[in-house]
Amino acid sequence: MKEALTLVQRISAHPDSRCWFVAWSPNGTLLASCGGDKAVRIWGLEGDSWVCKTVLLDGHQRTVRKVAWSPCGNFLASASFDATTCIWKKKNDDFESLTVLEGHENEVKCVAWAPSGNLLATCSRDKSVWVWEVDEEDEYECVTVVNSHTQDVKHVAWHPNQELLASASYDNNICIYKEEDDDWECRATLQGHTSTVWSLCFDATGQRMASCSDDRTVKIWKEFPGDLSWKCVCTLSGYHGRTVYDIAWCRLTGALATACGDDAVRVFKEEAAASPDEPVFSLAAQETKAHSQDVNCVSWNPKEAGLLASCSDSGDIAIWRFKEDE
Amino acid sequence: MSGGVQLENANPVVFQRSVERLLTASEEDEDVYDPIDDREIFDLIRSINDPEHPLTLEELNVVEQVRVKVHDAESTVSVEFTPTIPHCSMATLIGLSIKVKLLRSLPDRFKIDVCITPGTHASEEAVNKQLADKERVAAALENSSLLEVVNQCLSTRNI
Repeated sequence: MKEALTLVQRISAHPDSRCWFVAWSPNGTLLASCGGDKAVRIWGLEGDSWVCKTVLLDGHQRTVRKVAWSPCGNFLASASFDATTCIWKKKNDDFESLTVLEGHENEVKCVAWAPSGNLLATCSRDKSVWVWEVDEEDEYECVTVVNSHTQDVKHVAWHPNQELLASASYDNNICIYKEEDDDWECRATLQGHTSTVWSLCFDATGQRMASCSDDRTVKIWKEFPGDLSWKCVCTLSGYHGRTVYDIAWCRLTGALATACGDDAVRVFKEEAAASPDEPVFSLAAQETKAHSQDVNCVSWNPKEAGLLASCSDSGDIAIWRFKEDE
Repeated sequence: MSGGVQLENANPVVFQRSVERLLTASEEDEDVYDPIDDREIFDLIRSINDPEHPLTLEELNVVEQVRVKVHDAESTVSVEFTPTIPHCSMATLIGLSIKVKLLRSLPDRFKIDVCITPGTHASEEAVNKQLADKERVAAALENSSLLEVVNQCLSTRNI
């Protein structure tokens, strides 16, 4: 393998706790992390190193599971096991709590902003997915509660340019939702994984989606003409030693990164010669001991091609550079 | 846990506790690398209390040394436990107690898998899936009343 992952920096981000998730701001200059210490930390570059700019405390009573930036970069949403989602507004270099979204019966597992910035989705162990509308006054209103999953919903992700939402669940399925007469409905259920689907993400065009699972595989789904007809066109099996907790599809380079319970970070590249209906992905780089414990999340920088952040149960964040050999 | 309600399994079979382990000379020698072995893992979990009987998991044969597999070099531990009856509603709690005991006792590098002995419980698959889901285990351990029950199972008694 000529491609390689080189470590740029390792940060003890959430000491004595888990770091559950990291998210880059839309302009790629800030990284938000969250964890079992109930805190959200904002990291920025100072000179050559990433340093903590702000710590957001007092927002949550329990673990902060995931964070998401609004497309404009001025808001940050945090989903917590305390059953609430906090919306933080960026003010110069600081953040203030704007509002708290309540309603889920128990742990909120994920939050995601639609590309327009007018919609927000949350999902929970209560098996539901909620869609919230944001108005000009920064008021949030729940417009729909969808109960299409039969178990704990782990992840929600929006399509990059359409108002289409996807969710992944402990029930092994993926659901795709679309708005119909002011109501969001599940329009497709994607079956194929044989255990919990932990995460999913769309590619740059939104025509394909990658999902990862406790069944130790990654699946690539493609939309075929017809009413939301998604089919699995590729399964990556045999690469991951334990549960695959997260997946990230780089919108700049097309590289696919995975976070695994075997402590490794892996990067896959698509074979250019293969047919798009039968894509072939090969392992381009892997760091088998990327962290000393489970890797929970991987995230590509949206502006700087090849810059990857990962985080772990050890509380660490690692920043990597994925270099391709031309 | 029982608090006056009827016990699910009122007359469990009680098994003999194993004898204390004898330390070998090399184990007492601080200069010799001593990998963690099955018996050490078993010693960590055998005295966990059953949620409804004043007995240990070893005495109820819920845990046995032959169902403990440790691979020190690969940092993996797997434990199979056998509920006393196939419909035992305490199975998840027992599994969680074993998991928490090992999480607290072992170095962070270990991957700990706790599951039901195949074929010994009606909801084996569902219980195993829940015990393997670290997010749900983490959420459960933030629940103070559940944590209290787990801690009770893990507290050592003088017997």
